[in-house]
Amino acid sequence: MRFPTAPAPHLAPPASTHRIMQWVLLAMIPGTAAQLWQFGPGVLVNLALAVTTALTAEYAMLRLRARHSRAGLSDWSATLTGALLAVSLPPIAPWWVTVFGTLFAIVIGKQLYGGLGYNPFNPAMVGYAVLLISFPKAMTAWLPPVDITGTHWGLSDAWNAIVHHTGPDGSSFDAVTMATPLDTLKTQLGLGRMADEIQSGPLFGALAGKGWQWVNLGYLAGGLWLLRRGLIAWQIPTGFLAALGTWSLVFFLLEPQTYPTPLFHLLGGATMLGAFFIATDPVTASTTPKGRLIYGALIGSLVFVIRAWGGYPDGVAFGVLLLNLAAPTIDHYTRPRVYGHPG
Amino acid sequence: MKLGPYRKIALDGLWHNNQALVALLGLCPLLAVSSTVVNSLGLGLATTVALVFSNGVVSLIRNRITPDVRLPVFVLVIAANVTVIELLMNAFFHDLYKILGIFIPLIVTNCAIIGRAEAFASKNAVDRAVLDGLFMGLGFTAALVALGAFREIVGTGALLNRAELMFGETARNWSVRIIENYDGFLLAILPPGAFIGLGLIIALKNVIDARAKVRAQAAAGQPVAFTPAVRKA
Repeated sequence: MRFPTAPAPHLAPPASTHRIMQWVLLAMIPGTAAQLWQFGPGVLVNLALAVTTALTAEYAMLRLRARHSRAGLSDWSATLTGALLAVSLPPIAPWWVTVFGTLFAIVIGKQLYGGLGYNPFNPAMVGYAVLLISFPKAMTAWLPPVDITGTHWGLSDAWNAIVHHTGPDGSSFDAVTMATPLDTLKTQLGLGRMADEIQSGPLFGALAGKGWQWVNLGYLAGGLWLLRRGLIAWQIPTGFLAALGTWSLVFFLLEPQTYPTPLFHLLGGATMLGAFFIATDPVTASTTPKGRLIYGALIGSLVFVIRAWGGYPDGVAFGVLLLNLAAPTIDHYTRPRVYGHPG
Repeated sequence: MKLGPYRKIALDGLWHNNQALVALLGLCPLLAVSSTVVNSLGLGLATTVALVFSNGVVSLIRNRITPDVRLPVFVLVIAANVTVIELLMNAFFHDLYKILGIFIPLIVTNCAIIGRAEAFASKNAVDRAVLDGLFMGLGFTAALVALGAFREIVGTGALLNRAELMFGETARNWSVRIIENYDGFLLAILPPGAFIGLGLIIALKNVIDARAKVRAQAAAGQPVAFTPAVRKA
């Protein structure tokens, strides 16, 4: 048997945009599968809606801007934006919420700034923040995870909920939705209950929120695979998780009555999705090694601040958007010293 | 009497040198109060009155003030005008005055007003200066009302909400429902809606201008530059 091998040097081919995007999409599979298992097939409907909308909007905008539309579509970046937004949405978000958010993300968040590589903000998070601010009711109606209810949703149930806004078996829509663990914690703390008492409630599992812990572990696994392949910079997720973990540990030790465990923060909400998939967007993140650590750490700190004292239950989207704004400044002050030149 | 220069002043104010859409002046009040048509109209008209009077007064005293002190003098003139307008609005449009709040006294700091005083009124006769103030103000008002209408329709699905603030009790039921069964889109009412809306309106104006230019060039038999904006002209 013959193995055709070229003589040395053996260099890895430079990763192209569409290859990176495909790998990131692949790495989302474990987390998305956990969402599918815990929250039903609504996430699949959301993914289909968002990706279709993203590709259509990208094509239309590239045509309007007289750009090469085939090359623009084949880089998979619009697909990734749609997918990231879809997995952030509640599993039975009405169809128009998904479609509108994706349109906003692609048209205003990305193409109006000049397309891939020119957008200062992460398009998926622009779409998410717009939806959260504009349609708070639809955006906070999550399903209880399977770990609590034990009932599995069929694909047709999810489809009916998303398109016709009806619960399964004619049940009322409000009867099947419930608040997320982060949301519950914030509301109950506001009612004067203790954090440890709330965390022993039915919504909370061994590690963090029931259902949510598996989703976060799934995204952690996918993220670690991305790190191993060298597709994302290790500094950003490390800074993010270290900052969030440190802050939550400090406040948990100081006042365990008011602040939940660090594990609840690290495996709750959008932590792992944010740390490995959203904050690491190469276009909008910081690009210097030291800058990436600062960038990640500041996002993690903001996430803790918003969760602990802010008006919204989770703060990944807002943290990422605010630090997108600061990334050029961070880069400016953390430029690595060129060897042989004084700092 | 030749109307040529007056026509140019009017067109500059309303379109070619629109203070909001071309000069991008006075954006702070523009973005802050343009959440409804009525608010926009109130602030736009107040700014117009301020522009007319400050341009007139500045033009009257233009030969008496030295260049060294002109800016403080302009600011004093504008501040005096705006104080009068503020007191009048407090007396006759009290509810609207309460909604517009700090943005009425802030007309003093509107760069469009001192910009016109410096660039036009201090170099032109009174009649032209007053006309310039009027049309610059009307152009600003038009941009403000367009933005207000956009934000009100997208944000609430209706138009002319609370028109009674401006037009009295008879206007209480002027509100028009444009989109039925509309839950509202909060972002349009919030500050980001103002930025996005203003950007879209400026883009629309630029497209209209680019197409008009192409038509003019084609009519004159000149070669036409091919850009995406003019493709469909």
